[in-house]
Amino acid sequence: MSRLFLAVLATLALAFPARAAVEIQQVSSPGGINAWLVEEHSIPFVALEIRFRGGASLDLPGKRGAINLMTGLIEEGAGDLDARGFAAAQEALAADYDFDVYDDALSISARFLTENRDASVALLKSALVEPRFDADAIERVRGQVLSIIRSDSKDPDEIARATFDRMAYGDHPYATSLNGTEQSVSALTRDDIVAAHQGTLTRDHLYVGAVGDITAAELGALLDTLLAELPATGRPEPAEARLHFDGGITVVPYETPQSVALFGHAGIDRDDPDFFAAFVMNTVLGAGNFDSRLMTEVREKRGLTYGVYSYLASKDYADLVIGRVASANDRVAEAISVIKDEWARIAAEGVTEEELENAITYLTGAYPLRFDGNAQIAGIMVGMQMSDLPIDYIATRNDKVRAVTMDDVKRVAARLMDPEHLTFVVVGQPEGLETTN
Amino acid sequence: MRHLVACLIACLVTVPATAAEVTSFSLENGLDVVVIEDHRAPVVVHMVWYKAGAADEPPGKSGIAHFLEHLLFKGTDDMAPGEFSSVVAKNGGSDNAFTSWDYTGYFQRVAADRLELMMRMEADRMRDLRLTPEDIGTERDVILEERNQRVENDPGALFGEQRNAAMNLNHPYGIPVIGWKHEAAALELEDALAFYRTYYAPNNAYLIVAGDVQPDEVRALAEKYYGPLAPTPGLGDRVRPSDPPHLAERRLIFEDPRVSEPYVVRTYRAPERDPGAQEQAAALVLLSDILGGNGATSVLGQKLQFEQQKAIYASAFYQGLSYDDTMFGLIIVPVPGVTLQEAEDALDKAIAEFIEEGVDPVQLDRIKMQMRASQIYEQDSVQRLARRYGAALTSGLTLEDIEAWPGILQAVTAEDIMAAAETVFDRKNSVTGWLQKPQSAEVTQ
Repeated sequence: MSRLFLAVLATLALAFPARAAVEIQQVSSPGGINAWLVEEHSIPFVALEIRFRGGASLDLPGKRGAINLMTGLIEEGAGDLDARGFAAAQEALAADYDFDVYDDALSISARFLTENRDASVALLKSALVEPRFDADAIERVRGQVLSIIRSDSKDPDEIARATFDRMAYGDHPYATSLNGTEQSVSALTRDDIVAAHQGTLTRDHLYVGAVGDITAAELGALLDTLLAELPATGRPEPAEARLHFDGGITVVPYETPQSVALFGHAGIDRDDPDFFAAFVMNTVLGAGNFDSRLMTEVREKRGLTYGVYSYLASKDYADLVIGRVASANDRVAEAISVIKDEWARIAAEGVTEEELENAITYLTGAYPLRFDGNAQIAGIMVGMQMSDLPIDYIATRNDKVRAVTMDDVKRVAARLMDPEHLTFVVVGQPEGLETTN
Repeated sequence: MRHLVACLIACLVTVPATAAEVTSFSLENGLDVVVIEDHRAPVVVHMVWYKAGAADEPPGKSGIAHFLEHLLFKGTDDMAPGEFSSVVAKNGGSDNAFTSWDYTGYFQRVAADRLELMMRMEADRMRDLRLTPEDIGTERDVILEERNQRVENDPGALFGEQRNAAMNLNHPYGIPVIGWKHEAAALELEDALAFYRTYYAPNNAYLIVAGDVQPDEVRALAEKYYGPLAPTPGLGDRVRPSDPPHLAERRLIFEDPRVSEPYVVRTYRAPERDPGAQEQAAALVLLSDILGGNGATSVLGQKLQFEQQKAIYASAFYQGLSYDDTMFGLIIVPVPGVTLQEAEDALDKAIAEFIEEGVDPVQLDRIKMQMRASQIYEQDSVQRLARRYGAALTSGLTLEDIEAWPGILQAVTAEDIMAAAETVFDRKNSVTGWLQKPQSAEVTQ
């Protein structure tokens, strides 16, 4: 029985207001694979979140789109099953596997019933370690990806994003769409797809979170079954992006009634001592809720948009502050002018006592509400691991928010918010706006 | 009256250790209350659903239900404009609202100990809204920008509006929820207030509270805050203008230079889930899953994507939750080089073959297995459960109908599905739409 050795390294009960608690266990499998687990036995299923760091940014030069295409093919046939056989087997088990890829990670979100656990894990394993990449499946999924690329070229939001990324990220993978181009995707071979698989789904890139009806011992065995046969090492991480923001406006002419604008400049690292101060500051400026300065000034007072927001885009290889607004072609210039004013105002003045207090109350109150389902909690735990946060982070996070002072916000606003370099991309037929520089 | 969802689920699959427990009661002023318990986390969702949506609007005032939804975040006799959402945010909660043809809903998600505050504020704005002409002007601009974002900037959405209008000869489901642009731009304060005074009343609403709460506690709070509100007298049955028999199929071509991927959509008029009679709708749900549920296993996916390779995407859709008649739809996005006519012909041929071949019993078993599993997975999201209850109740169903539904789905036979297909696929009851680039522009390129 010694092979069933299983280390439960840490068990921490993280109390939330009132009664609930998220008890995270750190599990090490006999084969040395680590995961974070929350046991939740009241509903007979498990949510499993698996992520591989690097994601689409691990594409090789000239092979843009290979990892995205490969991700779309993982469930299109594995082992003895072709695409249709795999899908039928999955349906029969009522298991869900959701494969997705982002700039910084390839993710697999799975859920399966307790009564079908072993068979569901075996089927998922076949997709991870022995995907077939059949020729007909490659052509079918390639056709879907090319269709998405063509659609994006006609979508004002996607045009804005592609233009913004190209300008902001220089020669980094972030500068181009992870879908690739029609040309690059058309040229991908099966060998490119196999190489993308071997270089991306590897144990050195791996992070796992599990929540649900499973014990630590059972999870340990599951991890080895599912993941131990993956290659040990994959492609090296990309370099840090070098950012370019000239503070200008770039207009991309496109015949559509409403202009879409993206704006942003350099941001702040997740590990920066002032990150929480910046987070609180951005909550006041433009994060999501109806109370933010941007929503108040652009929407509530002037009716210039349906929605405007800003957020800290702290990615693995670049940190930005980014925002978006959409306004009718004859009103977008005014919306941009208001946003620029708000950017300058918060940089110069910081926030008021009342705004700080409201933001802290909102953020600390909203945090426990994120933990509202097995899959959500599994995702949060993987995010914590990838950000190198300690296992007791959940219990300390609200204290970090509460510790932010007026001086902290003022300091970080002056340092971070840079009206001179706030750069806009506008897609549409904006009146009174022209490309600068 | 106590309703146990638990029993139904337990009868079908493994016995869950816990399951959502549903309780209902009514106040004297006509407010119906549903409590869904989930004690896993100290969180509560508080929702009010009005039995009024875009299909209840007076002629010429399209968009007023949705406009009013926005205006409910302006002030009341007790609260300043914007204060509602501010108070929710200050309490760490999130709030929003939504409008459909059959309902308008408002919800807040907060720590369970803030429920009383949410009730006080939501009850306050049920009857005591205070609007000024300034509120109207700015918010109308916001609505028009929302329409720009959701519809005017998206040729697929404009196409959908045109198809929907053609689908409904007389019924108000033919107007867009957000309103036709020319009518939404002309909405006035009095339009909003007239709609509000009639429909925003305890005897025209459902209160749904889901999460870490006890039914007795909800009842006491509901009686305290919603209990004193006056009902709207003389509110009759919901009767909308109805369609005459459809005698001719309708076809339309929508062209827009912003179209990248052309496609064909066909919709057929179809029955919805009716109280006490959900069997035909259940057969249509299974029919849509069989035809289009999963691209790799569905009839249309297999024939059109895998075998003939004429489609990038082919599927079927059906929304059974609706107060009046609904739609059953088919869609095909052809691969480059296949024309829309060829795509439509291939779609029709695939349906004709299916009518000949019938239901694959193994596929039907798999779909039913997934439906049983969804009963388990759904317990993980009490908010989704609450929303499903609200949509069903405001679509005219009862709690008994909601509880009977999983069993009715499981009881559907292959013969039921084929009978439903034979009935629904009547071209006279259909609208066929093509979305494409302007063909002249295509030539000059």
